[in-house]
Amino acid sequence: MPGMHWNSLADFLAMGNHGLYVWGSLAVMALLMLAEPLLLLQDRKKLVTRLKQQYRAERTEARRKRETASRRSPD
Amino acid sequence: MSKPVINWFRYASPLTFYPLAGRLIPWFWTLAAIFGVLGLTIGFLLAPTDAQQGEGYRIIFLHVPASWMSMFIYLVMAFWAAIGLAFNFRLSGMMASALAPTGALFAFLSLWTGALWGKPMWGTWWVWDARLTSELILLFLYIGFIALQASIDDPRRADKAGAILALVGVVNVPIIYFSVQWWNTLHQGASVSLTRAPSMARLMLWGMLLCTLACWMYSIAIALMRVRTIMLERERHTDWVRELLADKE
Amino acid sequence: MVESIRAVIGRDLRLAMRRQADIVAAMFFFIIVVSLFPLGVGPEAAQLRRLAPGVLWVAALLATMLSLPRLFADDHRDGTLEQLALAPQPLALIVLGKVIAHWLVAGLPLVLLAPLLGIQFDLAGDALAVLTLSLLIGTPALSGIGAIGAALTLGVRGGGVLLSLLVLPLYIPVLIFGAGSVDATLSGLGPQAHLSLLGALALGGVFFAPWPTAAALRVALE
Repeated sequence: MPGMHWNSLADFLAMGNHGLYVWGSLAVMALLMLAEPLLLLQDRKKLVTRLKQQYRAERTEARRKRETASRRSPD
Repeated sequence: MSKPVINWFRYASPLTFYPLAGRLIPWFWTLAAIFGVLGLTIGFLLAPTDAQQGEGYRIIFLHVPASWMSMFIYLVMAFWAAIGLAFNFRLSGMMASALAPTGALFAFLSLWTGALWGKPMWGTWWVWDARLTSELILLFLYIGFIALQASIDDPRRADKAGAILALVGVVNVPIIYFSVQWWNTLHQGASVSLTRAPSMARLMLWGMLLCTLACWMYSIAIALMRVRTIMLERERHTDWVRELLADKE
Repeated sequence: MVESIRAVIGRDLRLAMRRQADIVAAMFFFIIVVSLFPLGVGPEAAQLRRLAPGVLWVAALLATMLSLPRLFADDHRDGTLEQLALAPQPLALIVLGKVIAHWLVAGLPLVLLAPLLGIQFDLAGDALAVLTLSLLIGTPALSGIGAIGAALTLGVRGGGVLLSLLVLPLYIPVLIFGAGSVDATLSGLGPQAHLSLLGALALGGVFFAPWPTAAALRVALE
């Protein structure tokens, strides 16, 4: 196993004068690969809240129907 | 005799696949992180300077995995599409749609890192090299697939139409690649050749392999996450989704 | 079998004749797009000669796109398509007939116009001949591959734009070998290799494309 290739942090960051290109690649790749799962989680959360609301609305609707039906039945 | 068959069908049903995928996702994230850290450590900290390309060659540890994944994901997508058309599994159509955006992302990243690699190496952001051009066309194919599925409301129809398109695409990719290469050799204006890869030290090869594995695990984790969301959306009228979301309240 | 294909072709041609305005519009689109280029890049003859193959071929791709949404839409709207899908003949065979009819209406006029437009770009006799020949061989492939896209986007929101998004990337090999054959003639290499590959693409496009097209039509009819 060879040791660390770089002598100093400055060397590492400079990447032999190609720093902009190397770090530009890494930054965009890391950014997008972090953004994708985060956006997915956000989408999922939105979907879950929407579905829960929808289910709750359906339940209250069903209950009201039952109540009006039972109130009417004695008449 | 018939038991394994039944098991396969069982895993192909969203009801059993959903929790299974949920359990698998953290494992794939962990693997992706481990491989990613190892690969990047080797690639960016330990690997020696390339004799011809200096330090700029380190983009290879990002560029090659992204390109490989963009092509591999298209094949996997076409595979799921074919299974979906042949056996009419609901799951396979969902898998194909879950993979497409990630494939497109890697195709884009391949072009981006390719451009940033090309600038210091050949002095230009873009060359009409056969591989770069094919990668661009691959991105177009992904975008076409996503756009087609997005514009069809009925999910079953979207799955089938997407599957036909993916299969037509996968037949066409070699033809496109061949024709672009033919075109490229005929118009060899700039004398740059991408085919001569820098001679690889074993350490570099390991770095690239680990980075590719990281991207692979990432793709699986993302595809499983996305397929779970697609399942909830599509199966929202079924009892199992109702029960699942009721438990969480 | 041949009889049923011929019947489909005859029917589609009769219908197309009732809509001559569409055919003429697509032809003028082709002429206008090609004529815009000298205005954009300047009238220098040597440069125009170099651009001609690419410009004419790209314009041909775009002009073909114009008529594709119509390929199945009318039959879909009036229910003919459903009847055709239930007919005893394989649907792919009927699609083949429609592809041939589409080529006769949308592809052949481009081929006939090409020599005229090539003169605008100062192409010499042999290059002009190869350009026309390449369009004659290549445009059937455009109709065939285009049919897949037309079937996939049938009755879909924003169908026209989507259709070009799906089909244009698949047209790239045809463009490369079509324009390449004229290029090769201009540079003295001879067009044979390009033209035979173009022919292979056209055969593949016309005879294999009807199957995915038929499958896509069945999906659209479900």
